Amino acid sequence: MRRLDLLLALGVGLAIWQALVWITGAPHYILPSPWRVAQAAWSSREIIAENAWVTALEVALGLVLGTVLGLVTAVQLMMSKTAERVMLPILVFTQAVPVFALAPILTLWFGYGIASKIVMAILIIYFPVTAAVFDGLRATPAGVVDLGRVMGAGKWRELWVLRLPHALPSMGTGLRLAAVYAPIGAVIGEWVGASKGLGYLMLLANGRAKIDLMFAALITLAVLTVLLHWAVGIFARRLEAFARGG
Amino acid sequence: MTAPPAIEVRGTLRMDGRDLFRDLDLRIAPGEWTCLLGPSGVGKSTILRLILGLETGGTFDGSVTASDGQALEGRCGYMAQEDLLLPWRDVRGNVGLGASLRGVPVDAAKVDALIARVGLSEHADKTPRALSGGMRQRVALARTLMEDRPVVLLDEPFSALDARTRADMQELAADVLKGRTVLLVTHDPAEAIRLGHHVHVLTQAGLSGWPVPEADPVRDVQAAETQRAQADLLAHLRAIAT
Repeated sequence: MRRLDLLLALGVGLAIWQALVWITGAPHYILPSPWRVAQAAWSSREIIAENAWVTALEVALGLVLGTVLGLVTAVQLMMSKTAERVMLPILVFTQAVPVFALAPILTLWFGYGIASKIVMAILIIYFPVTAAVFDGLRATPAGVVDLGRVMGAGKWRELWVLRLPHALPSMGTGLRLAAVYAPIGAVIGEWVGASKGLGYLMLLANGRAKIDLMFAALITLAVLTVLLHWAVGIFARRLEAFARGG
Repeated sequence: MTAPPAIEVRGTLRMDGRDLFRDLDLRIAPGEWTCLLGPSGVGKSTILRLILGLETGGTFDGSVTASDGQALEGRCGYMAQEDLLLPWRDVRGNVGLGASLRGVPVDAAKVDALIARVGLSEHADKTPRALSGGMRQRVALARTLMEDRPVVLLDEPFSALDARTRADMQELAADVLKGRTVLLVTHDPAEAIRLGHHVHVLTQAGLSGWPVPEADPVRDVQAAETQRAQADLLAHLRAIAT
């Protein structure tokens, strides 16, 4: 997206928001104006930054750990027929349990600190990353795999030299999904029980009827997510470019 | 490279509840080119996969043996219709792929020498997407040569090339693979007559030999004898297809 398009979209969004405030005549504790939210964001910038840092840390660690776990699981599924037979049904079954429903249990097990939020982020991205990488590993052209076997490749060399590079674009797709889901997992975790983070700040502000601060925290979260998606997108495009030879 | 052996494929292969071929008796002469033609679906590529020890999707009741009594595993090179180049590796990386796959050091001097032999020295640092179809097949040929196997199995490797590039590649392949036991699976009767020391036609009725001109391959495409043999083989293939 071009910079001008981005500014235009931002301007239109703000105009619609302000128009809604004028048309509905809603009080500021129900729907604050953009200007009021900007004022709240500026006056509470330190507390927003402090909590945004915690959420960003949870999301980043969840993203990295979830991706590594998904990658390792996909490799296991690829390398062992037994693992595929045993683990694949379990993985599919776990997807039937809403991850959000696990949040209270995770808070009970891992406490009110960042650990339970990181685990939430890991759980929510684990399956999409695993599925994307596994699909990519399996989609290596049969002719290439045959050639590798004729040349005397062992299973692990076949994985490292042929399959993993072929799976990089799929891995990029999984990472893009993970970048969208990881902040959701972290914030849900914060809503269930936390003493820091943007989700916690939103609940706190809501409880004290500081709706402008709640909106400021929400917009900060959205900006964080967009930045993460943008950064992951750059990384994913590099993976894709490498796999197709520049 | 060890002395190229003859290869014999004998037996019956069942696939999807029917015989793909029955009581096959194919002998591939040592150190020469044998071309195998026939309609689609009669099992030409399956024979090649049997020799390579790859999964065929069927049940084979028979034997694949080398005349020297040694196992064929690790002694066969393979070149397919698609170049099967890895897009993220440059020409050097693709030619040296076999060593990477076996986890042994790549002989860089040999890689460069083979790239020069197929006429791609100026393109050695390029990735496949920067090469034409003909150049990509030359890289695949250099990769096959790098393996230095006495037996080379070719599965329609020139069929996707334009006429001029195909003729160039046929001559190059015949030159660099001279003295090896080569099985070429092809749909092109002109190619088979031009390159084959021996030509076989496989149909659902079985395998039959086809006479080739007396001249040694690579045969002159303008020679009357070559053209007549090509026309006769084409007519035969059209007749068995109806």
